[in-house]
Amino acid sequence: MAPDKPQHILLPVRASTIAASFAAALLLNFLPWNDLRLAPDFVALVLTFWCVRQPRLVGLGIGFALGLLTDAGNGVLMGQHALAYSLLAFLAIWLSRRILWFGAAQQALHVALLLVAAQGAALAVRLAAGAEFPGWPLLVGPLAGAALWPLVSWLLLLPQRRALEPEQMV
Amino acid sequence: MEQAPPPFFKRGPAPVVRLFFFASLSLALAVLDARFRYADGLRSALALAAYPLQKIATAPIALAERVGGYFGRQSQLREENSELRATALAYAQDAQRFEAAAAELTQLRRLIGAAERLPVRSLPAEVLYAGRDPYSHKLFLDRGAAHGVRPGSPVADETGVVGQVTRVHPLLSEVTLLTDKDQAIPVQVVRNGLRAVAFGGGATGTLELRFMAANVEIQNGDRLVTSGIDGTYPPGLPVATVVRIERDAARTFARIVGEPAAVVDRGRYLLVLSNEAAAPPYPGEARTGRERRADKPRRGHARDADGAR
Repeated sequence: MAPDKPQHILLPVRASTIAASFAAALLLNFLPWNDLRLAPDFVALVLTFWCVRQPRLVGLGIGFALGLLTDAGNGVLMGQHALAYSLLAFLAIWLSRRILWFGAAQQALHVALLLVAAQGAALAVRLAAGAEFPGWPLLVGPLAGAALWPLVSWLLLLPQRRALEPEQMV
Repeated sequence: MEQAPPPFFKRGPAPVVRLFFFASLSLALAVLDARFRYADGLRSALALAAYPLQKIATAPIALAERVGGYFGRQSQLREENSELRATALAYAQDAQRFEAAAAELTQLRRLIGAAERLPVRSLPAEVLYAGRDPYSHKLFLDRGAAHGVRPGSPVADETGVVGQVTRVHPLLSEVTLLTDKDQAIPVQVVRNGLRAVAFGGGATGTLELRFMAANVEIQNGDRLVTSGIDGTYPPGLPVATVVRIERDAARTFARIVGEPAAVVDRGRYLLVLSNEAAAPPYPGEARTGRERRADKPRRGHARDADGAR
């Protein structure tokens, strides 16, 4: 939404697109990653995207529910991801107007901060529950996720783009 | 009424209020789960909901493996076959000796009037995926409550103990590996029968014998097997080999580190053992099984006991 760039008006988002994107993200997260610390958290990424783009449709409730599902599916402490995703959704909604003002690279920097904050919340919960610190590679996942941000936001905006009319192409 | 905002300005509670609500809810759940294990019903239901997604996610890899196996080279197969035949022969010899020894042991135990040991039933299971939690060491098996897996059952592979079933879902079960920081297993040194408790070493992938006196009689290379006195693990399963001993005069206890006997984090097929031998109740007070399981040796308990003294 930078003022110096042309903006295309997007089609209204469909609820089915949002649901399908979350299902795909959960699927990607459930892939048997070799080292989970190094894998980007796709659910967090997609949740950030929708909270930034559609803060009135997707919010903390959905983040919380997705977090519970992730917790149960991964067999980790209940509430760990729920807290992380709630916090992530809050931060994303709070920063949504600011983030959209920047280009893709700067957006990714913002998103990196959000994802690291969410990971930090999960880490705090686990350390409080008596787990050991799993090492600094823990930071790689959020940063990899942020690096994927331009690609993910381009993909998720595809269904909302309308085909350009021939006379508009000129 | 006149002052009420029109409905299109209604956005529910402020985001901060929502964050506070959901954060407290999450933290309450975490406390309930970590301290009291109250959230298990909710967890089972949600795990069942996530199961199809997990199955789909792992399906392409399983399929690729099957296809790869189908096109496995002839020579490779032949080699593997001859290897397997050799090991089967060796095992057959062991099995014959074992049968004779078991019969003899039963006789001897009957002679001295000890309770007979019941055979341990085992259920083969496949590893669905490694634990999806960088904070702990866990595995997921494709056998659950529907197949007769019970929480607390020991899990082993062909080389030794791998861990213990800590949570059972309807279709899959969760195994905490020996190397997990919170896992403890009672062991015995094969060479001299010394008993100890091995704790998981966490990220190092090793086991640690804690609270052993600095002059304890133990050597590098000593093999540790399950002692079986806890009533959970059957006796005699290989657990670890001692690889490092640090005796520091400044400390009361020696630092003894062991390497797990089983390939804890790689094997594909595991055995879930069910040790259903009804252990006699402890003398003095007959307690239920659940209470006894809660009495697993833990650091906290030891400290409490010390403080009470």
